[in-house]
Amino acid sequence: MEKNIEAVLNKYPEGSVDNLIPILQDIQEVDGFLSEESVVKVGEYLNMPASKIYGVATFYNQFRFTPLGKYHIQVCCGTACHVLGSATVLEEIEKNLGVKSGQTAKDGIFSLEVVACIGACGLAPVISINGNFHAKVTSESIKEILDNYRNKE
Amino acid sequence: MSKQNNYSDKEFLIDDVLRDYSNNSKDKDLLEQISILRHDKINEPVIYMGSGTCGLGAGAGDTLEAVKKYLDEKQVSAKIVETGCIGLCAVEPIMDIQLPDYNRISFQQVTADRVNDILDSIFQLEVPQADILGQFDTPEAKEWKGVKYLHEHSFFAPQKRIVLNNCGVVDPVDIREYIARGGYKSYIKTVNEHSPLEVCDVVEKSGLRGRGGGGFPAGRKWKFANSAKSDQKYLICNADEGDPGAFMDRAVIEGDPHKLIEGMAIGAYAIGATKAYVYIRAEYPLAIKRLEIAIEQAKDYGLIGKNIFETGVDFEIKIKKGAGAFVCGEETALIHSVEGKRGMPRPRPPFPPTRGLFDKPTVVNNVETFANVPAILQNGAEWFASTGTENSKGTKVFALSGKIALTGLIEIPMGTTIREIIFDIAGGILNNQKFKAVQIGGPSGGCLTEENLDIQIDYESLVNVGAMMGSGGLVVMDEHTCMVDVAKFFMGFIQRESCGKCIPCREGTKRLLEILESITSKPNASDPTETLDRFKGMMQVEKLSKVIQDTSLCGLGQTAPNPVLSTYKRFKNEYEAHLFDRYCPARVCQNLKVYKIDVDKCTGCTLCIKKCPVDAIIGTKKSPHFIVEDKCIGCGACYEACKFDAIEVV
Amino acid sequence: MSFLIKVNNKEIEARNGETILDAMERQGIQVPTLCHLKDMLPSGSCRMCVVENAKNNRLVTACSTPVEEGMEIQTHSSGVIESRKTIVELLLSNHPDDCLYCVRNKNCELQDLSEELQIRERRIKGVKNNIHLDRSGTSLVRDPDKCILCGRCVRVCEEVMGVACIDFINRGSQSIIGPPFDRTLNTSSCVNCGQCIMVCPTGALSEKSHFPELISMLNNPEKTVVVQYAPSISVSLAEEFNMPAGGDISSIMNAALRKIGFQYVFDTSFGADLTIMEEAAELVNRIENGDTLPMITSCCPGWVKFAEQFYPDMLPNLSSCKSPQQMMGAVIKSYWAEQLNKNPEDIYSVAIMPCTAKKFEAQREEMTSRGITDVDAVLTTRELGQLIRMYGIDINNISPEATDSPLGFRSSAGKIFGASGGVMEAAIRTAYNMITGEELLKFKVEELRGLDGCKEAQLKVDDLTINVAVVNGLANARKLLDKVNNGEKEYHFIEVMACPGGCINGGGQHIGAAEGAVEARMKALYDIDDKETVKTSHKNPEVIKLYKGFLGKPLEHTSHELLHTHYYKRDVIL
Repeated sequence: MEKNIEAVLNKYPEGSVDNLIPILQDIQEVDGFLSEESVVKVGEYLNMPASKIYGVATFYNQFRFTPLGKYHIQVCCGTACHVLGSATVLEEIEKNLGVKSGQTAKDGIFSLEVVACIGACGLAPVISINGNFHAKVTSESIKEILDNYRNKE
Repeated sequence: MSKQNNYSDKEFLIDDVLRDYSNNSKDKDLLEQISILRHDKINEPVIYMGSGTCGLGAGAGDTLEAVKKYLDEKQVSAKIVETGCIGLCAVEPIMDIQLPDYNRISFQQVTADRVNDILDSIFQLEVPQADILGQFDTPEAKEWKGVKYLHEHSFFAPQKRIVLNNCGVVDPVDIREYIARGGYKSYIKTVNEHSPLEVCDVVEKSGLRGRGGGGFPAGRKWKFANSAKSDQKYLICNADEGDPGAFMDRAVIEGDPHKLIEGMAIGAYAIGATKAYVYIRAEYPLAIKRLEIAIEQAKDYGLIGKNIFETGVDFEIKIKKGAGAFVCGEETALIHSVEGKRGMPRPRPPFPPTRGLFDKPTVVNNVETFANVPAILQNGAEWFASTGTENSKGTKVFALSGKIALTGLIEIPMGTTIREIIFDIAGGILNNQKFKAVQIGGPSGGCLTEENLDIQIDYESLVNVGAMMGSGGLVVMDEHTCMVDVAKFFMGFIQRESCGKCIPCREGTKRLLEILESITSKPNASDPTETLDRFKGMMQVEKLSKVIQDTSLCGLGQTAPNPVLSTYKRFKNEYEAHLFDRYCPARVCQNLKVYKIDVDKCTGCTLCIKKCPVDAIIGTKKSPHFIVEDKCIGCGACYEACKFDAIEVV
Repeated sequence: MSFLIKVNNKEIEARNGETILDAMERQGIQVPTLCHLKDMLPSGSCRMCVVENAKNNRLVTACSTPVEEGMEIQTHSSGVIESRKTIVELLLSNHPDDCLYCVRNKNCELQDLSEELQIRERRIKGVKNNIHLDRSGTSLVRDPDKCILCGRCVRVCEEVMGVACIDFINRGSQSIIGPPFDRTLNTSSCVNCGQCIMVCPTGALSEKSHFPELISMLNNPEKTVVVQYAPSISVSLAEEFNMPAGGDISSIMNAALRKIGFQYVFDTSFGADLTIMEEAAELVNRIENGDTLPMITSCCPGWVKFAEQFYPDMLPNLSSCKSPQQMMGAVIKSYWAEQLNKNPEDIYSVAIMPCTAKKFEAQREEMTSRGITDVDAVLTTRELGQLIRMYGIDINNISPEATDSPLGFRSSAGKIFGASGGVMEAAIRTAYNMITGEELLKFKVEELRGLDGCKEAQLKVDDLTINVAVVNGLANARKLLDKVNNGEKEYHFIEVMACPGGCINGGGQHIGAAEGAVEARMKALYDIDDKETVKTSHKNPEVIKLYKGFLGKPLEHTSHELLHTHYYKRDVIL
């Protein structure tokens, strides 16, 4: 990853602050997200505090700060799912993976996100893993589902 | 003029067309070469594919593949040109065919499966009537009998295309065609014959006003920057088109990028800037690519660079990709973004023409504004000012979307009425539904109703009725649109896009959104203060909106309450229905939908009971079921499932 | 050039290029602001200072709009009042309703405005903020729920302190202020200076309090609770009790501290005298031996952390001397404890400082001698005010008392430590003596006094020319150090104080100081120096006694062990 950053930075030899956004765009293009490490590197290069860079990056819709996991889990929190206990499901998944919504697990296998209604109210509570729906999940069935994916690794 | 061997197109265009810009000779050789470069005179068939983002979205890529395959298989030699969008997005993909000596002819909705039929017939000089859109009036070419001219088409006839004239017609990444059609002449003439101040004068006299929303006279803005003393000045083109429902900047850059470059070059000369930026949305990859190519071509022709055409004028353009923030449409926010900062606006004065990018004098105009400039310098201020209304001159590009028969991009003279646009140009409301309202000017604009339809569009007339020109988005709504829902949609957008710097915009838009959410959310009997809060919230809407308008730092906040205020003013009854009766008259707001089972139609099949995610339906087999309103979450699963139309929304 | 403008139908003078706010302030016409910072470019974010342009009835912000000839302004039209009121109501709509529990209760700009604008009803209801509290730092507590995003802290941290450990994060209603990447203050580059607290209009930023422990210690019969107070406290505490700035109330403070239950009361200025003895000796040493120069002061813990983070290569330039607080603490728990026959472990040593970074300094691992912490708890000037109020002491009605001896006498050189330039001046007086064996004829070094961010002087000591510089405000330090590093400037000795103006304007001082208060505090310190006869640290009889009977000579073994320290590069996000 460090090499990637070097390569990106080399494209901006003048190192002036107005290159910040293009540099971040290029890094995200290569790495898929902006890591703390890359932000600090860019800061050293542009002689700019990390807080400023993070402030800039969080201002714009384009930038993200966590890589997606290999399996991206979306927990629907639409009304139907909510009524049928999606909150418990979410809690169970968070416990199982040791991450909160919006985060990616340390091993990089799973990432978790809460989404608005994904239009499968009849299957509630529903979660989607890489676009595949898992219907009527319960806190018991979660373990099985997640283990299935784990075993694929 | 004598044509030597190895005399390239480039040399010809530079030496005989651009350097010799004042030569109006009717030299036959010269005219012939130009008409070849214009594709007026061709030796083999030319197939033009509308390849803007809209065309590609509709399948132009597949169509093009099919065309190539056809040509390959039939061993037909033809030239393929990928153009931008001609504006009729509703009937994309659009494919034009030009046969030697014949008028160029345009076909609509040419999906890949239509290619063989169309090409087969046209090569046999037959016109496949069903696919026809119209024919061009190609100089010295034969007309297709029985085929309507495009300029007579109801969509095009009322238009006046200054900005869009080349869009969808020319090859956007062929500088030769642009120059052959008169491009860059304006620029070379300007730098040779006019002082920068004279250019500002011409633009001011033309009455051109900023097309990005505010409508500030462009010439006056340029004069401020022209008179500012500085070692460095900048010109910025704002192509950060962020309004949902506006796509004219994208269309211009995809369809005619050289026009933008020429307009910017003239603007830079007028204010004394040698460096220019195009701030363009990263979400417009195709536009960025074409602009990059166009810039390279202009460099190659010596139109960008140092000492342009030995006039001592320097000019360079850089592309800056926006990273996604609507507020960067505001010029000081945009400047901060170009500087690599958070795109937050700052108080004005000082205005950018005195202190802008890197604290140097800077002019920011949008794409459409610059695209008007070459024609103004070419034809003069009087020519431009002869179109339009008293205070709004020239034309305006509008992006038509929503429930309208023909969605797309049009350019009309200022002073055209909204009725003409919707009913004459765009063919009325989709599926012959009843017109309800039109949102003009994007999220910060306002919505207008039947009674405003005969307003002649200009900057002031729209503001007078609580809307604004904005960048020219025009979203049409019919009877099936809930105006509260529309207001909520726009408010949600503005709220998400508020930069958060000033309190009234940051907190005020959030509160307005929360109020709209409260009147569209499901009644909650268990919360004792819910009803009171809902009423109290709604009572504050107008006062709160006024403070947001009066005190916000930038244009985004100052116009943020418009969608709520204009819908509230014109559709009070709808708001009241949501607020008092907890009912959505257009049946759009899901939380307020009440599903009922018609006992006469219900057969007691229990399908809906099985589908209901919350067990809100009770009943036994073969007897009519019943929906428990308190439990129902309005998801509509039962409605979708019922085979007997027994479930209705009331 | 000046001309007239009309404000509230009365003509006032306005100067070309200034803002409406500037012109009105000169005339004593007030409008509220929540984001304005004096001497900085207007940010225009709070919109509280809107006034009505009577010519077109439009609202403009006074802080950012330049005056124009013939302008007519209404500062309190009904439209203006309604707007301001609504803005405050919007802030209240998601602000926690816990004023009674808030550290800034009765000293909060938002609360004041809400009261002034007669907000009596919750017209606008919003979802309350719920962001986690950051108590990770040793000195500061951040409560983002109470943050109104005025941005003053961000600007002070960046523009005045050159640190920029926090910035705006996210956008719109999701905006918060904080360190990058969800870090907490303790792993950020925060130097604990507390200048952010000074400008925070609400309770979003405050110092970390050690009250409960302190109170239990005061009531613990097995503990000897001693207190020292920094040189600048006696000239700023009065403001906590609505008295004018600049009064020196040290003897009243001594009495009040004893009433609270502190058994022994010391003035840190004695510690400052010790610092001068050691630092001057170190300087002379470095010059004579050709060691690393320039030497840079190390009494300011904000600056020390700043150097450890941003200038690790310059750490050898920092004087190895501990700060006066820590020297005082170390001497109390060694020499003084010995003299009074007390077990150092039974001494609870409290320091009252104008500074939040001192809380951080006191708990640095290096700040222990023989396994015992030099200082156990640090209170700010503000906290002392609270403590005096808590104990119901009427400071207007109290007889003056003296500090305790031994360690009870200070020179005025130690006292002027409180102002930027004071350390340098005091060090020059003693270093001169150390080099020449004579006393300076002219003690005052006028070039080093005053509130300028960067001051320089050239001094002749025998045939040696010594170049010195004094900077305050870490952003100024950054500029100066960069010049030193690139060879543009050469000095022998540099004094750095993190806070603008030095400790008299420290991050632990009174919040909401009146205009001119800092100048008044500074004047009070220099007045003391003018008035008193012992103007040099090396002439302080108790210092002489301490060296004779206990420490030996400056930089010798005992001094070295008790009074000197070391620094290291810090692993924080920069």
